[in-house]
Amino acid sequence: MKNQGKKNVRDEQMKSLEEIFEAKIARDEKIEPKDWMPEKYRKTHIRQISQHAHSEIVGMLPEGNWITRAPSLRRKVALLAKVQDEAGHGLYLYSACETLGISREELYDQLHSGKAKYSSIFNYPTLTWADIGAIGWLVDGAAIINQVPLCSTSFGPYARAMVRVCKEESFHQRQGYEIMMTLCNGTQEQKDMAQDALDRWWWPALMMLGPTDDESTHTEQSMKWKLKRKTNDELRQQFIDQTVPQADILGLKVPDEDLKYNNETGHYDFGEIDWEEFWQVVKGHGMCNKERISARKNAWDNGEWVRDAAVAYADKQAEKDVKEAV
Amino acid sequence: MTNDNLIHYIYGIADNSLILGQRISELCGHGPTLETDIALTNIALDLLGQTRSYYKYVAELSPKDISEDDVAFLRTEREYKNVLLVEQPNTDFAYVIVRQYFFDVFHFMLLKELENSKNVNFQAIAKKSLKEVSYHKRFSGDWLKRLGDGTEESKLKAQQAVNDLWVYTDELFHMTANDKKVAEAGYGVDTTTLKVPYYETITALLKEATLDIPDTKYFQKGGKNGIHTEHMGYILSDMQYMQRTYPDMKW
Repeated sequence: MKNQGKKNVRDEQMKSLEEIFEAKIARDEKIEPKDWMPEKYRKTHIRQISQHAHSEIVGMLPEGNWITRAPSLRRKVALLAKVQDEAGHGLYLYSACETLGISREELYDQLHSGKAKYSSIFNYPTLTWADIGAIGWLVDGAAIINQVPLCSTSFGPYARAMVRVCKEESFHQRQGYEIMMTLCNGTQEQKDMAQDALDRWWWPALMMLGPTDDESTHTEQSMKWKLKRKTNDELRQQFIDQTVPQADILGLKVPDEDLKYNNETGHYDFGEIDWEEFWQVVKGHGMCNKERISARKNAWDNGEWVRDAAVAYADKQAEKDVKEAV
Repeated sequence: MTNDNLIHYIYGIADNSLILGQRISELCGHGPTLETDIALTNIALDLLGQTRSYYKYVAELSPKDISEDDVAFLRTEREYKNVLLVEQPNTDFAYVIVRQYFFDVFHFMLLKELENSKNVNFQAIAKKSLKEVSYHKRFSGDWLKRLGDGTEESKLKAQQAVNDLWVYTDELFHMTANDKKVAEAGYGVDTTTLKVPYYETITALLKEATLDIPDTKYFQKGGKNGIHTEHMGYILSDMQYMQRTYPDMKW
């Protein structure tokens, strides 16, 4: 009887904590790291924020592939700065994630072991300079559509990080589009290069918005916690509606025979997405999955002695300081 | 003092920034931590930014209608006048840091003098670059101390890098006939005067980092006359790939 009484009190307390938490979210107030939160909320946020952080740092690799070969000094500097921005995004997203009680090392382990996912688009190869334009225009474009709603998501550190991420991403998108515009105003070879890049990146960019709503497992809960404001299919439609006119301005043809503006709905109808390809890449069978993970793993493993040295040196300095103080 | 004298003098300074900037950018996305990745990329960005200022000035001085990119991408290997030190590969993080430190100390001293050049363009570029390079020097110097006085393994690696790269330090003070002419006219810097303070500075830091000073009597040189190591051809084939494959296009 006594135990039962205690349990009832605990249940009551838990219920009231949950009510306070739900009420805060309903009032659009932020949940901060020290606030009480349900375990599932914490886990879901670790999963999503770390997945996002991993995407930023793995995303550095396909674009990094063209830094040394950029065609002009101006483009080289802009690309370097862009890839550096991605590293910065990774840094503050990992930091936001760490506030939920997980270490950077654990997060990296999850990435390196394949337990954690990252955006599949980065498993496609960058084959020409135009791919750098196409990634900025399409991949950053799709990322912005995904991410703008996150600026008002319920978890404070994530929401604040996203405000800055989105500002920089929109700059990257304009930069990418400007690369495409320059190519499309150039020689036939440059136009062909731009068209080829669009042909290869269009469908993976559409897949980036996630599986169709009936296949998406996390949508309902995520909507409740304001981790999502629109469904994947709504976001995809928004991306297509926004991007097709941009392709028209460039004079490029979107590689979809079924793409057509629908006067009744006010949206573009589009063809079937090859979800088989999407799931294959998610499962690790894309052209660059292995290279991307091994590049990240090598950087981390080869850097171990450097990190150890920094810690050892700091310890020695601290010891010296103590001795001097004594 | 002809424009041609000035152009060749600029190559001797700016090509160092270009080639080192290119070398460091190879590492973007592969650093030992995100923080060092970001910091090294910053250094590459600074160096490439400086390169652009110098090459824009070359384009102004040139009698031909050329751009900064023609200067950066369309010369033959023999026409690049960077020192051999900056083209050395990113063998490991110790090599990256030692190469950077050996260069940064020299770079800082050079710019301090160049700030007093009679040439206003040199003055302006030096003034702006000094702020950046004083940060580079602090970054590479701090890391060299960490590596030297860190763990046994890091000490070994740092010492190896110091031993291997030491032979490229003397060339920093080599003056070509053109360098002498430009320095005598009060436009350029007499780098021979920097040699003693340079070795004093790096020796002091190496000692603080508990590293040995190499006992090398023979030094490598050639870059300032356009005779490079075998690494240079690969750097250029990467860097010039687009401009060579698709000539005369706008990017």
